Amino acid sequence: MARVIAVLLGVALLAAPLVLPRYQITLLLPSFAYGIALLGLNLLFGTTGLLSFGHALFVALGAYTAAYLTTGFGVRHFELIVVGAALVAVVAAVPVGLLCVRYVKIYFGMLTLAFGMLFYSFLYKFYTLTGGDEGMRVLRPMLLGQPLAGLNKVDFLTGPFYYYALALLALAALVMHRIVRSPFGLCLRAIRENPEKAEALGVSARRHRFGAFLIAAVFGAVGGTLLGVPTGLADPLLAYWTHSGNLVFMLLLGGFDHFLGPVVGAIVFIFLQDLIMSLTSYWRFVFGAILAVLVIFVPRGLLGLLDARTRASA
Amino acid sequence: MLLEAIDVRKLYGTFCALDGVTLAVGPGEFVSIVGPNGAGKTTLVNVLSGLTSPSSGAVRFRGDDVAGRGPVGLARAGMARAFQLVHVFPALSVGETLAVAITSRRGRRARLFAGLAGDRQLWDEVATVASVFGLDGALDRPARTLPQGDKKLLDVASAFALHPEVILLDEPTSGVSTGDKHAIMEVLVKAAARMGVKAIIQVEHDMDIVFGYSDRIVALHQGRVLADATPAALQANDEVMATIVGRTVSHMEPPAARTQPLPSKTGHPRPDPGTPGPLQ
Repeated sequence: MARVIAVLLGVALLAAPLVLPRYQITLLLPSFAYGIALLGLNLLFGTTGLLSFGHALFVALGAYTAAYLTTGFGVRHFELIVVGAALVAVVAAVPVGLLCVRYVKIYFGMLTLAFGMLFYSFLYKFYTLTGGDEGMRVLRPMLLGQPLAGLNKVDFLTGPFYYYALALLALAALVMHRIVRSPFGLCLRAIRENPEKAEALGVSARRHRFGAFLIAAVFGAVGGTLLGVPTGLADPLLAYWTHSGNLVFMLLLGGFDHFLGPVVGAIVFIFLQDLIMSLTSYWRFVFGAILAVLVIFVPRGLLGLLDARTRASA
Repeated sequence: MLLEAIDVRKLYGTFCALDGVTLAVGPGEFVSIVGPNGAGKTTLVNVLSGLTSPSSGAVRFRGDDVAGRGPVGLARAGMARAFQLVHVFPALSVGETLAVAITSRRGRRARLFAGLAGDRQLWDEVATVASVFGLDGALDRPARTLPQGDKKLLDVASAFALHPEVILLDEPTSGVSTGDKHAIMEVLVKAAARMGVKAIIQVEHDMDIVFGYSDRIVALHQGRVLADATPAALQANDEVMATIVGRTVSHMEPPAARTQPLPSKTGHPRPDPGTPGPLQ
């Protein structure tokens, strides 16, 4: 079933630019970015059992790395930007993670929230470094060494950049799939289920949680690099706690105990947001209601719903 | 000595849970810790397994102090334990649970990209361990769906899968029917021989089990060692028997129920079982 969903999703996304209007294609771009970030967030939540309310910190870190590298250092190769963002994420996640993984449950969540807000304040207040509330420009990157300067912005985004982002998402999903099914991933699940027992079997809960935190941070930052390109901007709201909240929302929407739940959640969230925002200015109100309905009636998310269907018909 | 406790004291506030316990366990021994409720049995196992540190005194595993090494370090060094209350990974299958232990023992906990599914050696070993414990029919079942007795077996099996030198078991047969208790003990002894476990230390209430399988019995009372002796020597001591069992036990079977020796017994001379300790 999981394989069928993956193949269907892959084919649909590959064919989307041929079928869908360009506006919808530009909507898919941030959902790819979020998809990558959420694969990381779900390694923490779905696999390890730690719910982070500060994942936006790393998404913002990725977007600002892209801004710094393109505007400050003239680095336009997107491959270098991705690697750079991953490195920056690790450097930031080491101290943050070492502190956060000492705690679990709500304390872990609150601490990650606190670090996210600290970073937001930093971005907002240190005007000379970060551009303050105006943020920083993210210049058009080169993809696989191609400047693609001849294309106008929409052609660039809906053409080469779309497929580049999709390829990056697919790569991220393959890597994460491998991690979740590795000995490391098995140990993470054991820790989620019963940390005391895992330790009695020689598996250090804290070290493994720290490892998962680092990986999640890297995925968050890589997703963040993609996020800045369509808007051409990295702004401090990317690190704001409501952004972290949106990430958790997407995860619940898609289904955290399904491998592709994060990706589906990101896509559905973005389209839903676009639809509701076009209908009413009270879209946050509607979203709140949807979240409540989701938690009460569909706690395992959209893909969980699908699982229940197949089980019922089997 | 594999594991020794030297004048261990453990205070909880003003309550003295262990009051100068000295104990040594050598290769090839099956030692049972007995005593009435509140005697300090579980505290002793917790101290021996490094889960709680003693207020004073020392615990040494193969000559090295256990203090501060934590359950992870000790599990890797060769000391495993199973808890009194059943500890399983509810959502993990029986096979996955055993795979965690085997992966841990092989030092592959941090392998990020190694495939788990294709690791034939791992799953062969999982199947072997499962069959020793009679769990081979339930490899794909999530642990939470197992009957209580099988959960207990899985808990113990995963500890054995670490191939520890010493294994500490806190009431391995609690909550199990009398008929099944002997079956579980037979499995434990067989598994120990199979997996190179050199010594078993267990807390146990069932005196049939204690006298049937132990090489030595350590009787605790109010945090002190009341007696440390062979089952035969202990049975002759009516005073101790009255304290630990609450009655004299004349109908106990002789300690011949065990069918298989622990592995090191074949190579090493049987350690001196010791004489009954002084009454406190």
